Amino acid sequence: MSVHEPASMKPSGPQRHGGGFSEAALAEIQALRPRYPTTEALLLPVLHIAQREWGGWLPDEAIAAVAEELELPVAKVYGVVTFYDLYHQKPVGRHRVRVCTNLSCQLRGSEEIMETLRQELGVDEDEITPDGRVSYVHFECLGSCDTAPMMMVDDEYHENLTPNRVRQILKGLK
Amino acid sequence: MAFERVLTRNVGKPEALTLKGYKQLGGYEGLAKALKMEPDAITEEVKKSGLRGRGGAGFSAGLKWSFIPKGKDKPKYLVCNADESEPGTFKDRLLMEFDPHQLIEGCAICCYAVQASTTYIYIRGEYTRAAEILEAAIKEAYDGGILGDSVMGSGFKLNMYVHRGAGAYICGEETGMLESLEGKRGQPRVKPPFPAVVGAFGAPTVINNVETLCNVPHILVRGADWFKGIGTDERNTGPKLYAISGHVERPGTYEYPIGVTFRDLVDGCGGMLKGRPLKAFIPGGASAPLLTQEHYDIKMDFDTVAKAGSMLGSAAVIVMDDTTCMVRSVARLAKFFNHESCGQCTPCREGTNWMELMLKRIEHGEGTERDGQVLLSICSHIGGNSLCALGDAAIGPVKSLVERFPEEIDRHIKERACPFPHRRYFENGA
Repeated sequence: MSVHEPASMKPSGPQRHGGGFSEAALAEIQALRPRYPTTEALLLPVLHIAQREWGGWLPDEAIAAVAEELELPVAKVYGVVTFYDLYHQKPVGRHRVRVCTNLSCQLRGSEEIMETLRQELGVDEDEITPDGRVSYVHFECLGSCDTAPMMMVDDEYHENLTPNRVRQILKGLK
Repeated sequence: MAFERVLTRNVGKPEALTLKGYKQLGGYEGLAKALKMEPDAITEEVKKSGLRGRGGAGFSAGLKWSFIPKGKDKPKYLVCNADESEPGTFKDRLLMEFDPHQLIEGCAICCYAVQASTTYIYIRGEYTRAAEILEAAIKEAYDGGILGDSVMGSGFKLNMYVHRGAGAYICGEETGMLESLEGKRGQPRVKPPFPAVVGAFGAPTVINNVETLCNVPHILVRGADWFKGIGTDERNTGPKLYAISGHVERPGTYEYPIGVTFRDLVDGCGGMLKGRPLKAFIPGGASAPLLTQEHYDIKMDFDTVAKAGSMLGSAAVIVMDDTTCMVRSVARLAKFFNHESCGQCTPCREGTNWMELMLKRIEHGEGTERDGQVLLSICSHIGGNSLCALGDAAIGPVKSLVERFPEEIDRHIKERACPFPHRRYFENGA
């Protein structure tokens, strides 16, 4: 499969809400309600929305806003947030890189892709570059094993990587 | 190997992404036919076809549908398992990205057969592209009268929604998926009751994999007998997607009659990478025990692979050549299972952690002579002692490493280092 077009679910950068959701997000949540017989079932979709609203991660303020919107205990929301890999509890770079390092990618050089990121960005895994531009992590299988090694940048798949290709991709991230 | 593609026939035809294009390619004929049948007759036809679940367990799809209680006192659900997270598996992504209406049609037929009025397609959170394509196709299906208050004018009502997961392998386990759909941590439930009786939101629920459901329209159009004519025998029928990765020349998703040999799969990929010899392969995703050279001519169907001591699973075939360090490879899988264990059952939570630590220790040349036996002992404590299949899956690769490659473990321990030079894949960054 070829490199994907950028998708629209990308974090849109840090935003301030004074503790709550934007009007647009509230409308989005409202539109989801008829889909489920319980309010609790909205939790995963609403956390995705919240994470987008709060610049790619879920500070306590976001967790509280989700709990209030869905009338759920904060502890319950927190428990769900900590269970899933795609919800982040600390700030991330403007661009978030996930490198698949599972077996199929390991057999095709993913460790060298991780090395390249470390060298090029000068920070360790799960840290943010000083300019706030990028953070990167290794990740479990992303379902692109035939085009290994691969990584996701935000929601975009980059496949058949080489260290040079990774350098080019990093240069293109603003 | 000449074979008329069924599930992937529309891959490479961009018009299949639109409702109009899909219909022109013969789409929604299966649903139209189904809507004129008695619901139970559809289930019977699917049962007769021998279609077995393509997600990993290989359970009869028709039988699963037949467990759904009749009557209209409770709502019923279909949850389509699109949480494709088994390492090495990428076939469902292809089906969703290239032929979304085929999946919608399969879901709609299943819902009519069991009289369910809602489908949730639970897709892993990382598959944003596939989710968007599905959302767009579902919208078109609503607008075109395929979904909604009267499916193709039949009066049958059906809603369909995409539900995105958030990164947890365990949510591919069917009851973990239901918990997650309900807005909880994805920790598997005690069975019984089975989802067919108490599933999503306490209601009867069918849970089928993407590829399983994509077979259904073709069974309706061409009949169970046609489907049974493809494959190894009565118990292993139909077309099958094989997701092949690792050390072959052209990795990819390939469609064959179920039961194609491993040798044919490798040949179809242009052979082993750079013509190197095979050391081992995983026939069905990270959960499947390793097979070796001696299994080169194995028929890749559910029963033959099971007889060889492994499993067809999701038919994610990971191929490893003679330069591969098996300890390093299995250590990576052990890391995966440790990360993904949901933590509910002690044997799995603790055992997967110890397996990862021990395998890393061996790989780093710090193993002891007892380690092989200790690993087997951990496996025996996990196996059969946890609620869901993750624990059993986690021991598959580890046990087969100790049993099939004892000399590799020994060399790591005796030489106090990994005997395989760390392979560099890229010269000068190219």
